[in-house]
Amino acid sequence: MITFERVSKRYDEGHDALRDVSVTIGRDELVFLTGHSGAGKSTLLRLIMLMDRPTRGRVLVDGRDLASVKPRGVPRHRRGIGVVFQNHRLLDDRTVYDNVALPLVIAGCEHREVGRRVRAALDKVGLLDRERAMPVTLSGGEQQRVGIARAVVGKPQVLLADEPTGNLDPALSAEIMQLFEEFNQVGVTVLIASHDLVLISRLHHRIITLRNGRLVGGSSS
Amino acid sequence: MGRRGRGRGTAERGAAVRRAGPRAAQGRRREGASLSRTGWRDRYRAWLHHHRLSAADSLARVLDNATASVLTWLVLGIALALPVGLNSLLHNVGQLSAKWDTRAQISLFLQDGVAIEQARQLQSSVAQRADVAQAVLVSREQALEEFGALSGFADVLDSLEQNPLPHLLLVSPLESLDADAIAALRDALQAAPGAARAVLDMQWLQRLNALLALARRLLLTLGVVLVVGVVLILGNTIRLAIENRRDEIVIVKLVGGSDAFVRRPFLYTGLWFGVGGGLCAALLVGLALWFLQAPMASLAALYDSDFQLRGPGVMGALNLVVLGGLLGLAGAWLAVARHLANIEPR
Repeated sequence: MITFERVSKRYDEGHDALRDVSVTIGRDELVFLTGHSGAGKSTLLRLIMLMDRPTRGRVLVDGRDLASVKPRGVPRHRRGIGVVFQNHRLLDDRTVYDNVALPLVIAGCEHREVGRRVRAALDKVGLLDRERAMPVTLSGGEQQRVGIARAVVGKPQVLLADEPTGNLDPALSAEIMQLFEEFNQVGVTVLIASHDLVLISRLHHRIITLRNGRLVGGSSS
Repeated sequence: MGRRGRGRGTAERGAAVRRAGPRAAQGRRREGASLSRTGWRDRYRAWLHHHRLSAADSLARVLDNATASVLTWLVLGIALALPVGLNSLLHNVGQLSAKWDTRAQISLFLQDGVAIEQARQLQSSVAQRADVAQAVLVSREQALEEFGALSGFADVLDSLEQNPLPHLLLVSPLESLDADAIAALRDALQAAPGAARAVLDMQWLQRLNALLALARRLLLTLGVVLVVGVVLILGNTIRLAIENRRDEIVIVKLVGGSDAFVRRPFLYTGLWFGVGGGLCAALLVGLALWFLQAPMASLAALYDSDFQLRGPGVMGALNLVVLGGLLGLAGAWLAVARHLANIEPR
């Protein structure tokens, strides 16, 4: 589903974020991406999101070389990928419902369909009764679940998460990870960047490790 | 374009799935649930829906910030009202001078030695000309009398040994003559036997018209400058709105919002500011003209005229609102084109 072929990324200031990374993540897989901060986890996710382009090498998503995606095509590419951020990145002046509905509104989904899907997604993350709430009134764990609902409401084939449990206590973190596992079980490719080794080693999924931009483990399953 | 193409693609895929039967349908299950299933009609409806949503949301934001918005509207209103109001005034004055145009008169002074009988002959021959409406003879005696009465120098004039004034023919051209024809008539009269000098009493009118033309040109310059100002003010307002919502823009772009999607609410914000500014301008012009109406009427009465100030009217006000809206869109477009592209998820 996601393939990196000898990908390097050097930033303008000369910092090598990724060096010669080759890795393949299959359909229906759930993979953890780990390493110290600055090891290149975020860069790898950014390349999949087309927030950055690789300096060398190829990135393929669903068999499509991302180099062929022109700037105009970037929004559509992103619509096919669900993303969960560490700091939630919710719209603070909109209700939970509106936040989750955003990807569907962007995609031009029909009005009733939006309501149906948003409620299904909120139900899935256990926040159906909070759809009228504003994000700031929610706890950190609840906000993260709103973020997850927003990421999955468009039923993407790929779900990326950048330190989704970074600010949560272990019990909440485990809950969030379980949610990701459930999505993976219905066929979504899930890639989670996390440095919570204790948690992820308990979960028995493939773990990709990056160190100073190089792949040091987990390149094949 | 891209959206439509995509919609058609899915429709074809749907048809293919129906033909291929359950196996393919199974493969489609996962992808079919994705966003691309909506047809172009639904997309069009959703697009319209988002326009409505953006328009309403932008209006709500503009109204929420009532004080700041009213100030912006007033600034735009004044900037638009100034040229429009002045133009209205100029238009009125122009119409007034157009009325006066038809009352041109040529004063034909006769040579000193011309006798009164000769003058009468000339008068009747001039009056018969096709381009002359009327020719009135003012004899030198009449003229002296009139002058004495009007100037108050009657005593002084009486003491003169001889009358210094010549006979005078007051010639009114036909009302249908234009300025060139009147000038030609004057030249012809000047060349008549016994004529000393033909003076066209239109110089002041020509000066007025030249002044009006200059004023119009100045007004046009002022108008262009102010319109550019309006666009820049709006551009700056929208730029601030964009800065205020930077985080939101980043998030929308991250979850796949296209540039058009991100742009839309800001264009509507510009539109609302512009429309509000246009309304303000129409109100200001109306108020100013109403304020001038009474003194203008009494001034006109002094000149024996039924002249009335004419405002831009309902259509003019509507035009102002439309113009304001267009300028708002232009300003917003300027700001959006310059600043939105710079905001990318980092």
